Amino acid sequence: MLLFAIRRMLQAIPILLGVSLVVFGLVHIVPGNPIDMLMPPEASPEVIAQMKAAFGFDKPLYMQYLLWLLRAVQGDFGLSVFNATPVWGQLVTALENTFVLAILGAALGFSLGILCGMVSALYHGRWPDKVFSAIATVGVSLPHYWCAIVLVLFCAVLHDWLPAQGMGDDSLPLYHRLQYLVLPVITLSLIPMGVIGRLVRATVLDILGQDFVGALSAKGLTRWPVIRHIAKNAAPPVLALMGLQFGYLLGGSILVETVFNWPGSGNLLNLAIFRRDIPVLQATILVLATFFVLLNLLVDIAQAAIDPRIRR
Amino acid sequence: MSDITLDRQLVSEADTLVVPAPGYWKSVGQRLLRDRVTVAVTVVLFGILFITLGAPLVTHYNPYAGSVLARLKPIGTPGHWLGTDETGRDLWTRLCYGGRLSLLAAILPVTISLLVGGFLGILAGYAGGFLGTLIMRTMDVFYAFPSILLAIAICGLLGNGLLNSIIALAVVFIPPMVRVSETVTTQARNLDFVEAARASGSSTLQIIRHHVLANVLGPIMVYATSLISVSIILSAGLSFLGLGVTPPQAEWGLMLNSLRQAIYVQPYVAALPGLMIFATSMCFNLMSDGVRGAMDVRLNK
Repeated sequence: MLLFAIRRMLQAIPILLGVSLVVFGLVHIVPGNPIDMLMPPEASPEVIAQMKAAFGFDKPLYMQYLLWLLRAVQGDFGLSVFNATPVWGQLVTALENTFVLAILGAALGFSLGILCGMVSALYHGRWPDKVFSAIATVGVSLPHYWCAIVLVLFCAVLHDWLPAQGMGDDSLPLYHRLQYLVLPVITLSLIPMGVIGRLVRATVLDILGQDFVGALSAKGLTRWPVIRHIAKNAAPPVLALMGLQFGYLLGGSILVETVFNWPGSGNLLNLAIFRRDIPVLQATILVLATFFVLLNLLVDIAQAAIDPRIRR
Repeated sequence: MSDITLDRQLVSEADTLVVPAPGYWKSVGQRLLRDRVTVAVTVVLFGILFITLGAPLVTHYNPYAGSVLARLKPIGTPGHWLGTDETGRDLWTRLCYGGRLSLLAAILPVTISLLVGGFLGILAGYAGGFLGTLIMRTMDVFYAFPSILLAIAICGLLGNGLLNSIIALAVVFIPPMVRVSETVTTQARNLDFVEAARASGSSTLQIIRHHVLANVLGPIMVYATSLISVSIILSAGLSFLGLGVTPPQAEWGLMLNSLRQAIYVQPYVAALPGLMIFATSMCFNLMSDGVRGAMDVRLNK
């Protein structure tokens, strides 16, 4: 098991290097220096050269990459070219806000998805199955930014139930600040609910068809112990998908954060794109992608811990 | 009754029982026609295709001509049955014309990724070895990005515009397409009749054309249809962020974003473009489910 974990971790290193190369390379698919685009046309060549040197854009590309990577590993992403504040500080605040949404959204979505999937499979072909399958299919093809708008429409515009956007002031009491979380969390939970629900249904149905389930009932086990056995067998694929879905929530929350004006990493990325703030842009994408890789690594190891057959 | 007559009777009975077996694709088609959901969804999709491509037939307004007097009218206004947008343009007209760009921006990236990713995947799966590993490891790197993040990063850096959003989505869809085609090709390559063809001296090109492609194209196409559903949501999402199609062009995602600002004035009108995105994406999703079900012989026992 330890050997498997170590081997899997070593395999992640080339992927992470590739990721860093892609993130760095992406910025340079557009011709021109990031500083040239920001400077006013009347700026003198000396000032431009000074700025380039200050932000390190005057060195050859491979040196820029190596320096950037070396510092990035130490958590130093340089200064934002928009407001000259450290990128790392901005990123940490934004990531914290995104994590709050993603964790709550995942918790809600995963539990509802597992519940729906289990009920559908156990009542295969009957009305609960049809209802939950329909909900899951809707959840999969829902444009979540539209869903966010519809929720705002019902809960904030037509009725005055919940705040439409923002995350509330720190000075507000906790109860009021929690209200700001409700709509974004519901929005984020819908896709994981649909995706996990469909997978749980399919996996459980597959397991129900296997001989050992019949054998368990035949030897006199009651309903709940049998369900426990089924759950243990269904866990690895569901766990893998959960890891992916959580990664999508972290990295893909940009659209939902835009609708709710939530000051998370997606919002930061959006601002960086429109300000052409290259250091912030690179750092945000790199950190989110790294999370995604580490998350998948964690899931792989967890899967192997549950199911010894995966450790090969 | 003698044994011989009995035998004869059995034989003739067997003769009448033998129905010429329908071809695979014919039986898939028959199963699809029996599936009411798939038929209904296909009809809806053709309906959407009709109102977008035939927009001048279903509306006489100009999608770009607004009127200051008719701004943000509610649903059911005489002359504007779905209301008007923030510059007084007829919303039904905008929705019809807007579907053209929405569908184009969604289907083109899938088509490009189908061609490029399908080619790379079949190549990697059939060739294997160093080339296969190289292709698959490169794709693994792109897999390390959540798809929305990668699309937004590429599109944000290339600059906004329809072409850039198509490029960004094509890049996002190529890796999963390569992975799917590689998997099915590897499976097909090891089938007995491919081995037999190789043993009987068929050239590589012949094997790929007659045996591998025939077994591989079906699953790849089904996967591509399911990608269209994702692509519609993502491409409209890019426009929604201001990264895709630029104003004043009509596109569902862009319309949703500009009407969002008016949600307190005309709440229901603001939600309409999103409803179109949802309906189209849902239809493609259900259609791909239907096709997948009809093609899977095991499920139809």
